Amino acid sequence: MAKHTLIAYVEDVPGVLNRVASLFRRRNFNIDSLTVGRTEQSGVSRMTVVVDATEAGARIVEANLYKLVNVLRVDDLTDKLALMRELGLVKVKVTPKNRGEVLQLVEVFRGRVVDVDEQAIVIEITGTPEKIDKFETVLRSYGIVEFVRTGALAMARGTELTSAAPPLVRTESTHDHHDSGVSMSV
Amino acid sequence: MKLTGAEIIWECLQKEGVDVVFGYPGGAILPAYDAMTKYPKIHHVLVRHEQGATHMADGYARASGKVGVAIATSGPGATNMVTGIATAMMDSSPIVCITGQVGSKAIGTDAFQETDVTGVTLPVTKHNYLVTKPDEIARAIREAFYIAKSGRPGPVLVDITKDAQQLTAEFDWEAAAPRLPGYRPSYHAPASEYARAAELINSAKRPLILAGQGILKSGTTAEVLKLAKTADIPITTTLLGIGAIPASSELNLGMMGMHGEAWVNQAIQQADLLIALGMRFDDRVTGNLKTYATNAKKIHVDIDPTEINKNVPVDVALIGDLREVLALIQPQVKKAEHPEWWATINVNRGDSSVRDIKNLPDNGHLYAAHVINDIWRLTQNRDTIVVTDVGQHQMWEAQYFHHDKPRSLITSGGLGTMGFALPAAIGAKFACPKKDVWVVVGDGGFQMTSCELATAEQEGIKVNVAIINNSFLGMVRQWQEFFYDKRYAATPMTGPNFVKLAEAYRLTGLLCDKRPDVKATVEKTLATKGTVVVDFVVEKEDTVFPMVPAGAALDAMIRRPKQDVMLESGSDKDWEMPSSALPSVFAEAKAEAAALNGHVKSKKPSAKAARPAARKSAKTARR
Repeated sequence: MAKHTLIAYVEDVPGVLNRVASLFRRRNFNIDSLTVGRTEQSGVSRMTVVVDATEAGARIVEANLYKLVNVLRVDDLTDKLALMRELGLVKVKVTPKNRGEVLQLVEVFRGRVVDVDEQAIVIEITGTPEKIDKFETVLRSYGIVEFVRTGALAMARGTELTSAAPPLVRTESTHDHHDSGVSMSV
Repeated sequence: MKLTGAEIIWECLQKEGVDVVFGYPGGAILPAYDAMTKYPKIHHVLVRHEQGATHMADGYARASGKVGVAIATSGPGATNMVTGIATAMMDSSPIVCITGQVGSKAIGTDAFQETDVTGVTLPVTKHNYLVTKPDEIARAIREAFYIAKSGRPGPVLVDITKDAQQLTAEFDWEAAAPRLPGYRPSYHAPASEYARAAELINSAKRPLILAGQGILKSGTTAEVLKLAKTADIPITTTLLGIGAIPASSELNLGMMGMHGEAWVNQAIQQADLLIALGMRFDDRVTGNLKTYATNAKKIHVDIDPTEINKNVPVDVALIGDLREVLALIQPQVKKAEHPEWWATINVNRGDSSVRDIKNLPDNGHLYAAHVINDIWRLTQNRDTIVVTDVGQHQMWEAQYFHHDKPRSLITSGGLGTMGFALPAAIGAKFACPKKDVWVVVGDGGFQMTSCELATAEQEGIKVNVAIINNSFLGMVRQWQEFFYDKRYAATPMTGPNFVKLAEAYRLTGLLCDKRPDVKATVEKTLATKGTVVVDFVVEKEDTVFPMVPAGAALDAMIRRPKQDVMLESGSDKDWEMPSSALPSVFAEAKAEAAALNGHVKSKKPSAKAARPAARKSAKTARR
C-alpha cells in the first residue's frame, strides 16, 4: 500500500462531491484526504484525492472515477514531479516560560503566528503533508488545543499542465424561476 | 413551442420512441399523469407496486434491447423502485425511471412524501438527475436515455419537481441534445493489445471462451461462434450469457459457476487460456479466487474498464465494444484444432451425465427439474421467452431448459431479486407480444409480487406462470441442509391456494402434482386465453446439483449423488450427504463456527449429533 495522489476535474454541478464520496464508500476505497475547489476554468472544479492503495488498487480507483458521468479527467500525480501543499492551523498551549521555545519551533518550520493569547497561540503552517505531520508531533508535548488541516493540494512542476486542458463543459442554464400558480407541496 | 414541463416529459418520451411505460401515479407526478392524456400513442401500464414497474421496464428492456421506462411519484413511490433499479444496475439493463419530486421550494423541508431520491438511488443508478426547472427537463431525459443505453447499459433516474412539471418552457428537442463532456461510453484498445491477445489464442492448447451477457447486449452471437469455430475453442456461458450461444451448438458446454456443470468448471480449472467475453468474473462464477483457473492466461474483453482486474487479474485486457473487438481480433486468429482438449472435456462430461436426472428412470414423483425440462420439450417448436425468479428453480431452469435464441432467458443474476419474475415477464410480453412468455418462479418469490397478476388481467395479456411449489424457500433450505446441519430456520413456507388465487384475479389456475400430468397441463396452459397460473407441486426437499459451496475452489463441487436421491422415498427420504463429497471447506467452516460458539473443537464435525433433533423439528415444521 502506498499513498496515491489523484487529481480529478469534475463538472461543477450539485451533488458531484457526493457522487465521488459515495463511490469511495461503496467501493471500500480508503480516502486519506480530499479537497475540492474551483479552477481557472468556469464550471470546472478540481479535486485532489489522496488514497491509500496498491498500484492496482489506484488504477481501479481511477477507472471508477472516470466512470462517473460528471468526472471530466483524472490524473495520477504519484509518479510525476509534483508539488504537494497543505495548510494547517494549530492552537497550542503556551506558558510565559515556554512561549519562546514554541516561537522558535514556529520559526524553524516557517510557520506564522496568527493569534496570540495569554495561554495559547494559533499558528498557520503550510507545506507538504509530511512537514505538517512533523510539526504536529513536535508541538504535541506542549499541549495541542485544536489542530485542523485542509488536506493536500497538488500540482505538477514546470510549465506543463497537470492535465491536458479539460474539455469544454456545459453552459449553465439561465432560466429564472417563477413562483406564480405553482404548488410546492404534494 | 411553449409547453408545460409535464408535456415536455411526454414529448421527449415520444421522441425517444417509447411506446409503453410502466407506472403508478401520485401527488408529485400528477401533472405528468394529467398531461399523459394528450399523448395516446404511449401506452401506460398501471402496475400494482412501483417495484413491479421497474422490473417490467427491466424485462421490457432485456427482451427488446430497447430502453424500458418506469414512472412513479415522490417519496414512497420512488423508494419502492429502489430494488428494481438495483436489479437493473447489477445486470446492466437499460431503464429510465421518472419520479415526481415535491416542489423545488419545499425540497429539504421534510415535506409530505419527500425523499432525497437522487441521494437514495445514487449508488444503484448509472447516473441520476434532479430537475427543478422546466427548461432542464428535455436535456435531462435525452441524456438519461443516451446514458442508459450506451456503453455498459444501466438504469438512470430523473427526479422532476412538481413545479418543474407545472411551469412552462420552450421545448426545443434539437437544443436539448446530450452534452456530456465527462461521459465515456466506449474505449478502444491499442493494436498492441490485440496482437498479444491473438498470440495467446494462437498458442493456446486448452483455450476456453467464457461467454457473458455482453454478447447479448452487443448482438455478437455469430461473431463469437465464428471465432470459436476458427480456433476450435469450446464455449461456456454465465447465467446471464445463456442464450447468447445456442445450447444446441456443439461448441457450447453449458453454464459455468456455482451450479454450473461439473465438466465445465473442471474445464475452466484445466484450461490454459480463458477468453472472457462480456462477463465480469462474479463470485458465483469463480468460486475461490485464489484457486481460480491458476493454469490459465486470461484475456478479458469488456466495455467497462472498471471490470478489468477487479476480481481476477488478467494478462490482456481489450476494453471496448465486443463487436469492434471481435472484428479486429478475428483476422489475426489462426485456424486450429484441439482434439486432445476436447477429449479431456468429454471424459469429464461422460462421467457427469450418468448422474443427470434426465438419464434416470422416472419413479412417478414430480421433480422441478422434470417440470422445467418437460416445459422445454413441449415448447420447442414455439418462440418462447422464459423469465425466472431467484432460487432453486432458477438454477434448474438454467440447467434443464435449453435456450437456443438470444434474449430468450430473462433472470435476475447479479442482485438475485426474488419477486422479479412475474413483473419482468409482463414487461417482456409488452416487448414481444407475439412470443410465449413463461414465468418460472418459486412459491416464495411469487408471493412477493403476485399482486401484478392484477396488472396482467387488467392489460389482458397472457403470461404462463409455472410456480415450482415446494413449500420451502428451497435454495435457503438447501444451504441450511448443507451448511447449517439441516436447521430449517424460517424456510418452511405456506402459501395461498394458487389456483383459487388465480381465479380470484379472474385468471385461470391449474394444479399439477404428477409427472404424467405435466404434458396435458402445459398444453392446456398454452391453449387457454389469458394468463394462466400453474401450481406445480413438486418434491419438497429437492436439491440443486452440482454445487460449488461459496468460497470453495471451482472444481470442489458437491456432485449429483450416483444413486439418485430422487428415486428414494420422496420427502421422507432418509438420505445423508456422503461425507466424502463435501469439500474440506465445510469441515473448516464448521470447526470455526463451533469455536466461535464456544464448543470444543472436535475432529468429527458435530453435525451428526445435532442431526436427528434438527430433522425432527424440520418434520414438525413441514406439518
